Amino acid sequence: MKKRIIKNKISPLSFNGGWGGSYAEAPESADHIQLKDTYDLFINGKFTAPSSGNYFDSINPANEKRLARVADANEKDVDKAVAAANHAYEKVWSRMPAAERSKYIYRIARIMQERARELAVIESLDGGKPIRESRDIDIPLASAHFFYYAGWADKLDYATPGAKSKPVGVAGQIIPWNFPLLMAAWKIAPALAAGNTVILKPAETTPLTALKLAEIIQEAELPDGVVNILSGAGSTGAALVNHPGIHKIAFTGSTEVGKIIQKSLAGTSKRYSLELGGKAANIIFEDAAIDQAVEGIVNGIFFNQGHVCCAGSRLFVQESIANTVMRKLKDRMETLIVGDPLDKNTDIGAINSKDQLEKIKKYVKIGTSEGGACYQSSCSLPSKGYWFRPTLFTNVSQSSRIVQEEIFGPVLSIQTFRTTEEAIEKANNIPYGLSGGVWTDKGSKIFKVTSQIRAGVIWANTYNKFDPTSPFGGYKESGMGREGGLHGLMPYLEIQH
Amino acid sequence: MADEEKNTVRETEEARLKVPGSNGSEGGKSKKARIEVMKTYKLFIDGKFPRTESGRYTVLKDNAGHSLANVCRASRKDFREAVVAARKAQAGWAAKSAFLKGQILYRIAEVLEGRKAQFADELVQMDTPQRVAEAEVRLAIDRLVYYAGWSDKYMQVFSSVNPVESPHFNFSMPEPTGVVSVLAPQETGLAGLISTIAPAIVGGNTVVVLASEKFPLSAITFGEVLHSSDVPGGVVNILTGNHVELLAHFSNHMDVNACIYCGDDAEQIKTVQVNAALNVKRAVIYPKNDWFESGSQSPYRIMDLQEIKTTWHPVGF
Repeated sequence: MKKRIIKNKISPLSFNGGWGGSYAEAPESADHIQLKDTYDLFINGKFTAPSSGNYFDSINPANEKRLARVADANEKDVDKAVAAANHAYEKVWSRMPAAERSKYIYRIARIMQERARELAVIESLDGGKPIRESRDIDIPLASAHFFYYAGWADKLDYATPGAKSKPVGVAGQIIPWNFPLLMAAWKIAPALAAGNTVILKPAETTPLTALKLAEIIQEAELPDGVVNILSGAGSTGAALVNHPGIHKIAFTGSTEVGKIIQKSLAGTSKRYSLELGGKAANIIFEDAAIDQAVEGIVNGIFFNQGHVCCAGSRLFVQESIANTVMRKLKDRMETLIVGDPLDKNTDIGAINSKDQLEKIKKYVKIGTSEGGACYQSSCSLPSKGYWFRPTLFTNVSQSSRIVQEEIFGPVLSIQTFRTTEEAIEKANNIPYGLSGGVWTDKGSKIFKVTSQIRAGVIWANTYNKFDPTSPFGGYKESGMGREGGLHGLMPYLEIQH
Repeated sequence: MADEEKNTVRETEEARLKVPGSNGSEGGKSKKARIEVMKTYKLFIDGKFPRTESGRYTVLKDNAGHSLANVCRASRKDFREAVVAARKAQAGWAAKSAFLKGQILYRIAEVLEGRKAQFADELVQMDTPQRVAEAEVRLAIDRLVYYAGWSDKYMQVFSSVNPVESPHFNFSMPEPTGVVSVLAPQETGLAGLISTIAPAIVGGNTVVVLASEKFPLSAITFGEVLHSSDVPGGVVNILTGNHVELLAHFSNHMDVNACIYCGDDAEQIKTVQVNAALNVKRAVIYPKNDWFESGSQSPYRIMDLQEIKTTWHPVGF
């Protein structure tokens, strides 16, 4: 049996106490997973061949092998889906008693729970994320999202105090590859609860769990056309954005694409909500519980290979504790296991795609060429697949590109600060405003600092926590509108004064 | 006092004010006795009343063709300076307590109430019928009081404590989006102006407003009201000028967080929305409507300019 050897120089303060041993493999079984060879488009309740006849491969980024062939939707397919969604909206979904709508959504939540293990394994196979994360976070949260919003369907009058509301109509929803099924749930669940019908486009590198969700939707006997799922790349997304039969666009992805979508929608009556990029400051004050903070730093930037829009990618450490934090952080990084996403010991899985790996490498090169000092853990990497070592940069400034731009990988930049005001100013000195982290044991400081960071989600003495009841979304160029919680209903309701 | 006595007093006054050399026997001519002090209408930026840096002006005339004022025609540079002032003032204004912000909005209403007649006169000068003008001023005052009252309530109504599954305390609350540029409604001088400014500032935003081209005088005089109502400098900045010329600047500025456009011109709306995408600005469009209607005042107008912030903290010993 192959063993993972942790080879590193162990410092006296090392997290693992100087143990230089190895872990036995603990792979999750993939035997029970049923993947078809080919997936068609899910339109009007049926799997339908793409009108172009074109398919693309969805590969496993951990071994570069093909998992399935997936249909590529074009404008004609979008047309069909829009017609189906409009028909379902007008004739079925918007006329159905809200309590009945609610029960359909509950059904989806329950079937997802029943099939959770299968979904988790497929998520890790298709996207490269560690099974521990897909099993314990992505899939349970996705199901919980449906469960939470199901209950809203017949209680919408309480969501808009003093005003009546109505559904928006047909929502076109475009989601990214970092949390494929979870993002599908974030989009579909509130839309359905509010009485809309949807057309969802999963990302081209991770379409499989969304197509599994289509099977679940069939199993739940949701009326035809209420949810349509079209796999495809950017052109499919553009066809959705520009289709006149769609009333609302919900997009999660990069700020660059978000701006293009916002511009495309100018002059139309379509509504939109955008959940875009981020470059969060994670601020460690000298009075923080340092060991917990180090765990928070690691979770903040290395969770899901750093493919997280709210990743704590800019670390700010108060000068007086910088040396200690750096030492502990490097020691902790050495213990991180990079490798097989299906292994339950794995901390950092595969980088989602070759393109993304190239992008990360490019930024690391830029960081070094701009004078940054790069440090990487010494772990070994598998020979096949796309991998990147946990990486941190010191000797960077506010103007460094790796400090200003979203890398979307396991790359952390570290700066120090002296005063609280300085930390807040540096944290806010960026076009993004999605999230932030604050670590201190002083309660009054938590309230002061969290209120002054211009971002939509702030974690104090914790990081990267998510819940269906908790709104998520950004300030400034990180987007507009919220997903999750009561506030997450608003993008799918039209308020009538 | 009997009417007769009143007349006597007036005649005496007129006689006293008689300009030497004029024919005092004709009452009509005696009106020339006092030269009226005409008002110079300038901009309102950072709590001060500067002229436009461009030196440009537009002659505002009433329907009869009489010149009312040389109205400043603000430039892009005036706008940019106003944004700097608004940005500088924003954090401090947002940090003021809800109670204080409510009091300040109420104070604006108080001061406006005391100057009702002046505002009505000014609207009449700009050809608003007397009855409409008076109603508009009353509405503006009442609307300020309405939003003053929301100051310490909208946050309660639109916040939530979120029952997350993990051991964390989690809450969501509105925060101001920041600096808001406002292309005020063209069709009213005061009602539209107040209906857009009040919900923005009560929510802790600061604003740069372009006044109605047809009714610019009310906007600048309203600046005087703000100036004497404890509103910190820079919280509300008021420009007069050409909407078509300034539309692009109001919507493409990279340090503006939201742009409100009031009106129905499809091309202009599109310009605002296209420009908004430059920095993911919130483009808020209010179609032409009856600003007198109660539908024009709503806490959802406050929420149009708010962000929701969610904060997490572990719960434990």
